[in-house]
Amino acid sequence: MIRSFGANEFWFIVLAAQWTVALSAVAFTGGALGGLAIALARISQTALLRYPAIGYVRLFQGTPLLMQLFLVFFGFNIFNVSMSPWGAAAIALTLHASAFLGEIWRGCIQAVPGGQFEASWALGLKYYDRMRYVVLPQAAKIAVAPTVGFLVQLIKGTSLASIIGFVELTRAGQIVNNATFAPFTVFGLVAALYFILCWPLSLLARNLEQRFSVATRR
Amino acid sequence: MSSERGGTKLEYQFNFAPVFENFDQLLMGALVTIELTFGAIILGTLIAIPCAAGKSAGPRPVRWLVSAYVEAIRNTPFLVQIFFIFFALPRLGLRLDPNTAALTALTINVGAYATEIVRAGIESIQRGQVEAGTALGLSRIQVFRYIILKPAMRTIYPALTSQFIYLMLTSSVVSVISATDLAAAGNTIQSETFAAFEVYLVITLMYFLLSLGFSGLFSSIQRALFNYPLAR
Repeated sequence: MIRSFGANEFWFIVLAAQWTVALSAVAFTGGALGGLAIALARISQTALLRYPAIGYVRLFQGTPLLMQLFLVFFGFNIFNVSMSPWGAAAIALTLHASAFLGEIWRGCIQAVPGGQFEASWALGLKYYDRMRYVVLPQAAKIAVAPTVGFLVQLIKGTSLASIIGFVELTRAGQIVNNATFAPFTVFGLVAALYFILCWPLSLLARNLEQRFSVATRR
Repeated sequence: MSSERGGTKLEYQFNFAPVFENFDQLLMGALVTIELTFGAIILGTLIAIPCAAGKSAGPRPVRWLVSAYVEAIRNTPFLVQIFFIFFALPRLGLRLDPNTAALTALTINVGAYATEIVRAGIESIQRGQVEAGTALGLSRIQVFRYIILKPAMRTIYPALTSQFIYLMLTSSVVSVISATDLAAAGNTIQSETFAAFEVYLVITLMYFLLSLGFSGLFSSIQRALFNYPLAR
């Protein structure tokens, strides 16, 4: 029995976008915390922190997000814990975002002139104060544009959660398509909704990047 | 067999035997992944160069069309793009088998990203270079080929090749339309043997090795192609 594509189907897909937004928000928040830790470990003087952080970033940047999702989803079976698709997706995307944000932010921290580190150290500031009041605020300024750019990549990445069965925008589209066989309308609408979420962020990232490059031009 | 580790009972038995019994399937899948990647790199670059030239120096409608293509692709997930190509295009009478649909989707996808990168490279060439080329009597094509494209390629090579490695990783998504790539080989073995974690662990390592291989290959190509001194 083939249903036709009506208002119900339309709203089912549109409302599923909230799960895409929720998953992106959770992964971005978790990824920001993890990413900060990775970035700080990456620039640490201690080899015991630095090398594991390098390894972590290499591993997550050198393997597909889809496999990371599968490993987290099926990995919980090892501990006899059944994991919901929502939990597995949130964990996998958080780990993924931590690696990428860690690498982006490491670059931004290292772009802060070395004299700033030395001066704050010479003033007798402790590690926390040095980072909190001197280095990170300056790095943050450089970091905004690439971070927003990564957020776009992360939102698109959440679509893969549909493959392990989490009902977000893409999965909602598949469900409706299976019932209505109107792939043109359905996937056109799904693509348009992703575009509405991502495009303003892409424009913002580009705008910030241009403003920053003007500000730093000598 | 169970073992006590830090209070958690580990009753799961790792079983890698089914993975290695079907290792030939994994190798065949890896070969398809490599073919899809190279195919999309070549076709995607062929799309990207004229698009980038059109976007930075073409007439207004061309610039607008290229921008629309680039923005549409870069702001929607690859998974949705491949669903569109595999499920919606047959409605227009264009039915592609899974591997062809995968190659098409990957090409269109990487073409858009590469367009942006190549355009940035083209726009990094100083006007004086182009004027000097024209003054020397080079044709428009020659100016584009020797004065703009080659130095631009040298500048953007690192950005372009990391995009290509990202493409190789993204290609795992084509397994959802039952293309026959590495990830799909994993799906098949997994559904027959139920050793999901072991299968995907081995496959993840294979992707990791592939990304190391690609990045090694790209840096030797870089040494071969761009091993001449920079003009100032």
